[in-house]
Amino acid sequence: MSREEEIKEGLYEHTLVGEAAEVVELTQEGIDLGMDPLDILFGALIPSLQEVGRLFEIGEYFVPEMLVAARAMQGAMALLRPLLVDKGAEPIGKVVMLTVKGDVHDIGKNLCNIMLEGEGFEIVDLGVNVKPEDVVAATQEHQPQLLGFSAFLTTTMPFFKSNLAALSDAGLRDSVKVMVGGAPVTQEYADSVGADGFAPDASAAVRLAKQLMVDMGYDVSMGGDDGEGATALASAVQAVEELMVKSGQHEE
Amino acid sequence: MNTVISSAKQTVVIGSDHPFVIIGERINPTGRKVLTKQMIERDMTMVCRDARRQVEAHAHVLDVNAGVPVDGVEPEILRQAIQAVQKTVDVPISIDSSVVEALEEGLAVYEGKALVNSVTYEEERLETVLPLVNKYGAAVVGVANDDTGISNDPQERLRIATQIVERAADHGIPAEDVIIDPLALTVSADDNAALVTLETIRLIREKLGVNMTCGASNISFGLPWRPTVNAAFLSMAIAAGLTSAITNPLEAEIRHTIYAADLLMGHDAYAGNLIQAFRSERKRQQASG
Repeated sequence: MSREEEIKEGLYEHTLVGEAAEVVELTQEGIDLGMDPLDILFGALIPSLQEVGRLFEIGEYFVPEMLVAARAMQGAMALLRPLLVDKGAEPIGKVVMLTVKGDVHDIGKNLCNIMLEGEGFEIVDLGVNVKPEDVVAATQEHQPQLLGFSAFLTTTMPFFKSNLAALSDAGLRDSVKVMVGGAPVTQEYADSVGADGFAPDASAAVRLAKQLMVDMGYDVSMGGDDGEGATALASAVQAVEELMVKSGQHEE
Repeated sequence: MNTVISSAKQTVVIGSDHPFVIIGERINPTGRKVLTKQMIERDMTMVCRDARRQVEAHAHVLDVNAGVPVDGVEPEILRQAIQAVQKTVDVPISIDSSVVEALEEGLAVYEGKALVNSVTYEEERLETVLPLVNKYGAAVVGVANDDTGISNDPQERLRIATQIVERAADHGIPAEDVIIDPLALTVSADDNAALVTLETIRLIREKLGVNMTCGASNISFGLPWRPTVNAAFLSMAIAAGLTSAITNPLEAEIRHTIYAADLLMGHDAYAGNLIQAFRSERKRQQASG
């Protein structure tokens, strides 16, 4: 086996068990050896996360295991990102993501971030408990095409509306498309607050993000993987979101 | 320091020299499709069933939340749910909403001294919720976070809790009517989450002396053995000074652990409550089996 193959195998194995230090080290070694960053990403990291998702789906893996795997992948992405940009893989669009005011749940949002990034979007993550005025400020500063609002509680969902109102007041509403999601959110609710789209899970969020970009007249044909990244993580993300719904209380 | 809340028929005392108070968490539509649907249709069948079952499982107080994902209907549904629970069981109610109009609707129909769940240290929340709590002579849960979010520093949580107690006093609400939520976040995302909560509980007990409650089921999100993790956390939190929790009494492991912890804390003379609870459960099992 060549060293390149060993590196890919190692990346797969270490990502699977969330060993971030090893993943970062191997990624760096691969880069130093001149491996194709896209090969590292799609030949090792994403298949590993796909397996994490499968294990999660069958009840073998739990949330902390998903999170450490995702974190390991993010460590590798920090090294790969500049190279992907150098290769001319321009971001297909910029998304500002956040969890609304009063809400600190971010597992679903973070998985959306990883998937959107895997699809070639540039992500600006504002974190959790983000006030409407900070949504406006970030929209002015970063000039994204898309905004993503996440809420895990029925009590914090109304901040979708507050955020949209703040954007309108600042004259920014027409400059961006807004997508919303989170455990209790429905298409009807998204429509009722005037969002541009709703995604029930992170793979849907990627499709929605691309569709909204097309609606705005952008070309989103990049990626080089024809949505492979999205499919790869879809099961993982869907499983997490199902679990989030169940986490509060069990339906009998 | 004792916090007294009541219904028309029962009084519950929360305090460090009293048995731990279980606030049943089940009447909450978050993540419960059938309950959500029924609430939206103003059908209180499951609300009443959950009320009965939790009281049978030794809940001392019931939390009632009507946060369905439909704009503007929460006040009306919360009012109807509270009226339905009052007709079904005798225990006091914790009126749970972040919508001030819903809290007001609930308080207006509530018979007794309610617990209002909750207020945070955020200017807008303090200035809307606290006057309401004072107007109805209720007690209130104060959550130890402010506009900047949730701190991971127990000292900072203590500082915010202290400010909530002070602001409540400004609105004529005595310290014994403020129950602080020290905040339990999931250990799935952060190994230190429970330690931060436990240290916050110790600090609040020592420096503020007020009663505390917390949503204890958060701690185990995303893990196997959830009831076990919740129960282990609760027994540690009870030792640290937690005096009540919003949790699921239908889980035997949680319910039994609370009785056991109470006994170990010296709050259950001759294990009277534990033995009585054991007998009533055995009787129900025999009746149904």
